[in-house]
Amino acid sequence: MSYFKKSPWLIHYDGSSCNGCDIEVLACLTPLYDVERFGIVNTGNPKHADILLITGSVNEQNKSVIQNIYDQMPDPKVVVAVGICATSGGIFADCYNVLGGVDKLIPVDVYVPGCAARPEAIIDGVVQGLGVLEEKYKNRKERKKKVNA
Amino acid sequence: MSEKMIMPFGPQHPVLPEPIHLSLVLQDEKVADVIPSIGFIHRGLEKLVEKKDFQEYTFVAERICGICSYIHGMGYCQAVENIMGLEVPARANFLRVIGGEFSRIHSHTLWLGLCADAFGFESLFMHTWRLREKILDLMEEITGGRVIFSHVKIGGVKSDVDALMANKILDILKELEPEFREITSIFLDNRTVRSRMSGVGALSEEEARKLGAVGPMLRASGVAYDLRTTGYAAYGQLDFEPIVEKDGDCMARCQVRIREIFQSMDLIRQAVGRLPAGPIDVPVKGNPDGEFMARLEQPRGEVVYYVKANGTKMLDRMRVRTPTFANLPPLIQVLKGSDLADVPVLILTIDPCISCTER
Repeated sequence: MSYFKKSPWLIHYDGSSCNGCDIEVLACLTPLYDVERFGIVNTGNPKHADILLITGSVNEQNKSVIQNIYDQMPDPKVVVAVGICATSGGIFADCYNVLGGVDKLIPVDVYVPGCAARPEAIIDGVVQGLGVLEEKYKNRKERKKKVNA
Repeated sequence: MSEKMIMPFGPQHPVLPEPIHLSLVLQDEKVADVIPSIGFIHRGLEKLVEKKDFQEYTFVAERICGICSYIHGMGYCQAVENIMGLEVPARANFLRVIGGEFSRIHSHTLWLGLCADAFGFESLFMHTWRLREKILDLMEEITGGRVIFSHVKIGGVKSDVDALMANKILDILKELEPEFREITSIFLDNRTVRSRMSGVGALSEEEARKLGAVGPMLRASGVAYDLRTTGYAAYGQLDFEPIVEKDGDCMARCQVRIREIFQSMDLIRQAVGRLPAGPIDVPVKGNPDGEFMARLEQPRGEVVYYVKANGTKMLDRMRVRTPTFANLPPLIQVLKGSDLADVPVLILTIDPCISCTER
């Protein structure tokens, strides 16, 4: 992927993370890492977002919130699971209120490893997410063409 | 006067990196009442003591919160060390002070940035976080981690600071202090910042005591209460005074945190200067048996650790009382009667850490 026509916007939701990854997600926006140079903006509104960044695992209380945010996002959309908790539950996998990784609830496109995930890894995950997003746009275009033909 | 209406705030809200839900009862633009509901990040990690052995649990304790991770690990270790009667070497205690104070600087700087973002001063947010990265780089060099450090262990610390590193810490602090002075002067002197924070959300000394506020929230209301003065780790051998402001409003809380950044720098300089020679850890033998309550000063206030052990590898019970939990009743007090537009700033001035609170 060398060029993307749209500036992808992302929304961040903290599942039940310890804050470590959330703070690193925020650090990505600030001058040292500055993802805005790729046209990436952190928005608070799910209806403006293309990429959903989730840190932390799914639990009973936040499951409906995550589903709600995911449903509100326009298609095509990409989900990036940031950190080991969002991937599998990590160190908290044995806790009674942790159901497991985000993929128990919604489809995940990119997994970012780490505890806490480093900003470099998060940026790499988002950039890979952009590739997936582009692929999804292409597929949708082809589907439309077929329908029209 | 219009009828009362309820507006939901959160759990997913642009101003908060973490989810908390508040039902704001509004009368026109004024907040009449606040009903908080928490539990979005509850993991149940206190019960994990039954599944992980007491040494391994240090890693879980550090992950109660990713911002004050260092001091969480330290509190848990202090409680277990007290039960086991372990004498932590003096050098390890000084290294813990250095790590703890660096994590306080990083936490307060982070808060300053988030607060600037909450009142819409985005460039100030960016510049504060630019400075914070330099602190994190130094932390990474000392401990090996950026936000989760795993530096403290039961019986001491994991890595040492050699003479070269000690000099580097002093050099970088010397370099950073003027930069911090420059950034923080904007918080203290800028008219825009003052207009958003001065006189907003005042909490009197009496209210702060009655509602059980802790940390900068309490000290901003004129109460000199700082648990570091009890002298745990090496704090007893260092010179410092609790930082107190009188006004009790958002500005006072901001001033307390800013002055604490420079206090922490001073404490680090003192600790590096007096770093005693010797080992950095003692071997851990046997299993803990008994109970202990450790109290420490976190960036956000007093944190209490209760550990009960039964002589086996697994602990019976571990309980944490976190500062944000104690600061929720004062928050509700200052929110009542405030303007709706001030709600994000008011929530941020208690420096909420939801993942500590809900665990």
